[in-house]
Amino acid sequence: MERLLGKPWIWSFAGAAVVFGVTIAFTGGRGAGGMLSATLSLAVFTVIVGVAQMFVITLGPGNVDLSLPANIGLASAIAMKVMAGDDAMVPVGIAAAIAGGVAIGLANYLLIRALRIPPIIATLSASFIIQSIDISYGRGLQIKPPPGFADLTSLQVGGVSVLAVVTLIFTIGAGVVLSRTIYGRSVLAIGQNPRAAWLAGVPVERIRCLTYILAGALGGLNGALLAGYFRGASIDIGNEYLLASIAVVVIGGTSVSGGRANVPGLWGAALFLVFLQVMLNTFGTDAGPRLVLTGLVIIAVIVAAGARRKFGGARRPATDRQALEAADAHSGTS
Amino acid sequence: MSFASVVPSPGSLAQGRRLLRTALPAISLVLILAGIAWMNPRAISYLGFNLMLNLAIPIALATIAQMFVITINDLDLSIGFFVSFVGCVTAVWLADQPELGIAMLLGGILIYAAVGALVYVFDLPSIVVTLGMSFVWQGLAIMVLPKPGGHASEWLHRLMTFHTPFVPFPVIAALVIAGVVHVGLMRSSYGAILRGAGGNAAAISRAGWSLLKAKIVAFALAGFFGVLSGLSLIGLTTAGDPNIGAGYTLLSIAGVILGGGEFVGGRVSPVGAVVGALTLALASSSLLSFMRIPPDWQVGANGAILIIVLAARALISRREA
Repeated sequence: MERLLGKPWIWSFAGAAVVFGVTIAFTGGRGAGGMLSATLSLAVFTVIVGVAQMFVITLGPGNVDLSLPANIGLASAIAMKVMAGDDAMVPVGIAAAIAGGVAIGLANYLLIRALRIPPIIATLSASFIIQSIDISYGRGLQIKPPPGFADLTSLQVGGVSVLAVVTLIFTIGAGVVLSRTIYGRSVLAIGQNPRAAWLAGVPVERIRCLTYILAGALGGLNGALLAGYFRGASIDIGNEYLLASIAVVVIGGTSVSGGRANVPGLWGAALFLVFLQVMLNTFGTDAGPRLVLTGLVIIAVIVAAGARRKFGGARRPATDRQALEAADAHSGTS
Repeated sequence: MSFASVVPSPGSLAQGRRLLRTALPAISLVLILAGIAWMNPRAISYLGFNLMLNLAIPIALATIAQMFVITINDLDLSIGFFVSFVGCVTAVWLADQPELGIAMLLGGILIYAAVGALVYVFDLPSIVVTLGMSFVWQGLAIMVLPKPGGHASEWLHRLMTFHTPFVPFPVIAALVIAGVVHVGLMRSSYGAILRGAGGNAAAISRAGWSLLKAKIVAFALAGFFGVLSGLSLIGLTTAGDPNIGAGYTLLSIAGVILGGGEFVGGRVSPVGAVVGALTLALASSSLLSFMRIPPDWQVGANGAILIIVLAARALISRREA
């Protein structure tokens, strides 16, 4: 139990359980099963972008991909156009969406590297351009996804979304990649100390490039899947994933200053966020208060996580500022 | 006889490049203006500037707000919806119930200050906290004004559409904003502390200044300029809309960076930020429409300008190094 409570990801699952419990108490137990399976299907999309953002954020301070929403929007349009409503073209459509994402990831990295600008600005400028490409490319796009693909994205076996199971296996894979492969360990090493990683022979720039491409590819895949699930592409289909992708990474216990990632936490945090929306919908809250509450709850959770990190157990590595202050105190006494 | 007059010394060469780098925002603005003048000479007139730069004032004010947050190494992703919120409060209450309206706007600034304190005390990533706040402001804006409507106070509308002699009002307003903030941030002693809090927090704290206070002041100033941005926007449009400022978050960040600001280290420039905002406002609307480029590419043009200017800056800095 002690060890379980020490896991950073347990809190996000606990939060999800609390929100779900409150909702069920409100409805008197009705619709619990339906709510669970709907939440699971929706959480999949948040988890996929969460994995993308987690790899990028783990690269260290300043690394973040703000182009994911634009990327998802463009990929949804590409997938629908390439599939053109034909089930036989589904694999090609998904491949095209992923290829678009790879190109975006590569462009992001080249901007960061060639212009030597912070990733936030590079991915932001890229997202401006991607948005315009999407507006112009997807103008008046009203193509429905192929029926087989649409059914596949919402297929359930015994109330459990098949896509969720596949994504679960994928996230386990991502966890293994992160902790057991050379690539994953390099990402962690760069996040902990890029100079030390470079001195130890890690090809820092190649790993960074691969990571931005990976994030772009996952964004592209997510766009295709979302277009299938919501029965069509749209420019703002990815908008909510800007906050969601960063929030699940932070709430899920991944270190914002890089070097420490947490895969199980992504699921807990994604379920928490979707349950929160389901709960506010069930309460019949209007759009205004619903937005206010969503924002406040996310901030509250992040503050709670921050407070635990700062004032909680001493075994956790100190944050940048704590290290700074500690160094300060030390130099003051000597 | 010396060669100094013939061969520039390395020192003066580096200085020249630094000067070039500082002048880059102004050069971009002049290039955009030259493009507009070339395509439509009539736009370069009193009336033309009034029309083209009208909406640049709220953008410039939002950019200044963002600049204060960037000064202390944070980023405000909520400024756009905060401007929307201010706009809705202004359109609904400020004209008819000024006390309530003013109280709400002051409350908004206080919440901004509280966010600054929160970010510092719990050592939180500002992008996540302000992203959360963007939901809060958007929700509040919708609660205040569910559908576009309301009306601006008479004085506000008169002020924003004021016809100054000889020089168009937006130009004067831009000069005043840039001048006031420049004196406050670059020339005052507390301005130096604020920039120091971004440049070398440990040194500032060791010198006995409160970093908590610096964060609170920077965020409160961002809230204050966000309020000014929303007020000026409603003075121009005369009606509120919960989505009116949605695009300002990204525009304001782009404006600060275009104006020569850096993300870390407290290196910002108020004059540059205003010039950056004007450049973006001119390029994304006037220049494109004169070039007959469809509005689809408006956002993309902002991205492209950002990339071109940053590429030029990288080129200059690389030679400098």
